[in-house]
Amino acid sequence: MSDLTRRTAAELADALAGGETTSVELTQAHLDRIAAVDGDVHAFLHIDGEGALAQAAAADARRAAGAPASPLDGVPIAVKDVMATAGLPTTCGSRILEGWVPPYDATVVKRLREAGLPILGKTNMDEFAMGSSTEHSAYGATHNPWDLSRIPGGSGGGSAAAVAAYEAPLAIGTDTGGSIRQPGAVTGTVGVKPTYGGVSRYGLVALANSLDQAGPVTRTVLDAALLHEIIGGHDPLDSTSIDAPLPKLVDAAREGASGDLTGVRIGVVTELGGEGYQPGVLARFQESVELMTKAGAEVVEVSCPTFVHALATYYLILPAEASSNLAKFDAMRYGLRVLPEGPDGTVLPSPSAEEVMRATRDAGFGDEVKRRIILGTYALSSGYYDAYYGQAQKVRTLVSRDFEAAFQQADVLISPTAPTTAFKLGEKVDDPLAMYLNDLATIPANLSGVPGISVPNGLADEDGLPSGIQILAPALADDRVYRVGAAVEALHIAAWGGPLLAQAPELEGPAR
Amino acid sequence: MTDTLVSFEETLAKFDPALGLEVHVELNTATKMFCGCPTEFGAEPNTQVCPTCLGLPGAMPVVNRKGVESAIRIGLALHCQIAEWCRFARKNYFYPDMPKNFQTSQYDEPIAFDGYMDVELDGETFRVEIERAHMEEDTGKSLHVGGATGRIHGADYSLVDYNRAGIPLIEIVTKPIRGAGEKAPEIAKAYVAQLRDLIVALGVSDARMDQGSIRADVNLSLAPKGQGSTGVLGTRTETKNVNSLRSVERAVRYEMQRHAAILDGGGSILQETRHWHEDTGITTSGREKSDAEDYRYFPEPDLVPVAPSREWVEELRGTLPENPTQKRARLQADWGFSDLEMRDTVGAGALGLVEQTIAAGAAPQAARKWWLGELARRAKEADVELVEYGVTPAQVAAVQTLVDAGSLNDKLARQVFDGLVAGEGTPEEIVAARGLAIVSDDGALSAAVDNAIAANADVADKIRDGKVAAAGALIGAVMKEMRGQADAGRVRELILEKLGQG
Repeated sequence: MSDLTRRTAAELADALAGGETTSVELTQAHLDRIAAVDGDVHAFLHIDGEGALAQAAAADARRAAGAPASPLDGVPIAVKDVMATAGLPTTCGSRILEGWVPPYDATVVKRLREAGLPILGKTNMDEFAMGSSTEHSAYGATHNPWDLSRIPGGSGGGSAAAVAAYEAPLAIGTDTGGSIRQPGAVTGTVGVKPTYGGVSRYGLVALANSLDQAGPVTRTVLDAALLHEIIGGHDPLDSTSIDAPLPKLVDAAREGASGDLTGVRIGVVTELGGEGYQPGVLARFQESVELMTKAGAEVVEVSCPTFVHALATYYLILPAEASSNLAKFDAMRYGLRVLPEGPDGTVLPSPSAEEVMRATRDAGFGDEVKRRIILGTYALSSGYYDAYYGQAQKVRTLVSRDFEAAFQQADVLISPTAPTTAFKLGEKVDDPLAMYLNDLATIPANLSGVPGISVPNGLADEDGLPSGIQILAPALADDRVYRVGAAVEALHIAAWGGPLLAQAPELEGPAR
Repeated sequence: MTDTLVSFEETLAKFDPALGLEVHVELNTATKMFCGCPTEFGAEPNTQVCPTCLGLPGAMPVVNRKGVESAIRIGLALHCQIAEWCRFARKNYFYPDMPKNFQTSQYDEPIAFDGYMDVELDGETFRVEIERAHMEEDTGKSLHVGGATGRIHGADYSLVDYNRAGIPLIEIVTKPIRGAGEKAPEIAKAYVAQLRDLIVALGVSDARMDQGSIRADVNLSLAPKGQGSTGVLGTRTETKNVNSLRSVERAVRYEMQRHAAILDGGGSILQETRHWHEDTGITTSGREKSDAEDYRYFPEPDLVPVAPSREWVEELRGTLPENPTQKRARLQADWGFSDLEMRDTVGAGALGLVEQTIAAGAAPQAARKWWLGELARRAKEADVELVEYGVTPAQVAAVQTLVDAGSLNDKLARQVFDGLVAGEGTPEEIVAARGLAIVSDDGALSAAVDNAIAANADVADKIRDGKVAAAGALIGAVMKEMRGQADAGRVRELILEKLGQG
């Protein structure tokens, strides 16, 4: 049984197509794996075994009738708890949404269901996707399968850890400043942030609407492409979704798998490396560059000077949008409602709406969320708007111009995905600025909307933990990240003699 | 709590008023502004809702093209510029009937701006400049249960109906209207009335003030007399949700007199929102609206900019209704009304009603007579606008048809109107049910005439002697016996015949 959980989604799809296994069997295998290891990993906030098996049975019936719904029909998946799922709890890792069961499916979820992917459950995340370690989840941190004392990245640490721990072959993540790519890097998995507007945001509980983008979390680049083709494409319910056909992503991934990069111009971004980056991460990055050069790539250095302001810009735009998005959590219609108490601990008689709202938000939001609500409210305030939010939007335009100029010189841009490998749980949780620095390299792509991928590129010498390489392409050229990503993956696997995850320690957790 | 007022005359002797009107027009699009929910008025609470208009986590808005089209047509009809590119913005504030705790509106990039409307009042034209017309969404409706006032304070609990949440609104904002002097209250009313007529002609809204599909907020300030129209404006108050034309006039008048009393007494005006009380005709303090109130507007990141092509705008310009001034001249000529008759018709707010009554088949003078006479009197008694009185132009035309056919006289017709207001059916049904038809059958009339002659022998003798004018008294007696339902002409003929004067 465990054999099935080790396979990639593409291999599972082949096994289903060849009649070697059934969706019920492999869904059960993953549920068993979750039961065995998730007590240690804590990747899931909610597991829907019954629902997943019912969907698996339906997938098997379709296949038996010779009419599979998609190439991944019957391959199970985990979904980040930020996506609305009809009938399944959706908490965004927050106490304030405890018990909320959405009456509707996010478009991404609807497409997964239509394509026949059984949904195993909802994965853990930093509260409202604010964080880089999943420690800001109100329901407890997720642990990195490589070392359970370490963080799995964030905000989508649950999705990355689930995939890295073989609890799911595929997962959905969302990336506002790196929340798919950075967890991918620190767990040795693949994460893709599509072009902004490439995957519908309808039903994705917004952190920062102009930055958020859902995407695949997988163990291989090909799997990501297969999943991306299912969830991507225009959605009339999302006005910001791109009304154009998706590029051929699976074809690009298959083409890249040859490892040939002849004639591909690769730009190393000067500003995304050096100071603040762990030596072992930089060493692995250098190795990747050498492999790519040997494979025929033309490597150039490019400079994006405004990227040094990206982090500051991001931490004005994100809190501003978030402060407005989170205003709806007021205890009136759904989720948590806390009645205010007096100093003696008894509930106040006939509290006002404002008092209930205050008590609920005080109890329901964690510190990081409160911090960003305050920051964002301030940044949008009359008299400060121009200096903060308005100015940040101007810098954002400059970041986009830097990208445009850089893509004149190179087909793709590369950098380390995250400046460090996975740090210890608790190490940075009380130091917000240190935490924010994790997203230094990933944020520029969100500010300008370009697509990016993180591909595992080895283990840092200092700590033996995974690092990742980030590959960025111009907007709408998502096929390019798959082509180059698959090539880098193939080159590394050839060098290592097998996938990086094969080097991860076995999780021997008891079934719980 | 009673405000001190000074008389209107004294107010004008010392101060110049400046007005500003914000009118919200609820569009009659089939679906809401940002989702596909229906907009029908009066449905069961919370049956016309979806994740988007309930503001559920994750749901997103999509702009209603028909809403944008209506906004552009309103803007064009108000001689506005139409933005080549504009965005929606979030107006952030908390209220239980606003599901997202921000309203999707427009801020510094309205779809239409810099227009005007020429308001006609007593035969004169007063130009009201339009600052902007922008698109936004309506909120839900709160129902506060328990407590005496129906307001949130003192209520036991509140119910919220989100059917209205997300219905498209166009907010039309005037520039400060200055130099109106004593006519300020009437100009305010005439502006809203004419704007409503324009909205009706555009066909973009039900335009029912009583149902809240047109709502006016009245801003008013006073400045010391004689500073001209360019001096510094005084501190303003904003009186919310003034829901009838008459109340617009009354609210302006009230606030002018209230401001004057405060300023006269050496006090200063508190910049605040005021509530208008239709029943008592006064305003009371609402929430304080200081400059510190901060809606933290920023562009709505879930929507793309609205960029109407110039071709589309010109196409929409071609769909605009006739210019109101030209239309009036045309109607006056068609109907053969004198200048005075036309002015009275407009002044009574009856132009559209008369027009529709004529279109339904009535003669112009008959239509004018009903609306400006009987029905205007009734509306005044009931303290409602003529248009809201409850009788439709089609019904008036049907009543007049019965009069023309000799089946009703004017007196009986008034009883038909009673029946119409009471909802007893069509005019024909009311005539039948109430037994109102005129009797011109000689058999019945002859007996009544004989009775009248017998009972009034002295009058009969005078008529026999040739004093035909005395017949009126006998006709009156017959009508009394016949409860008004006799054909008066035929009665007179019978009397004269019987008394040898035929």
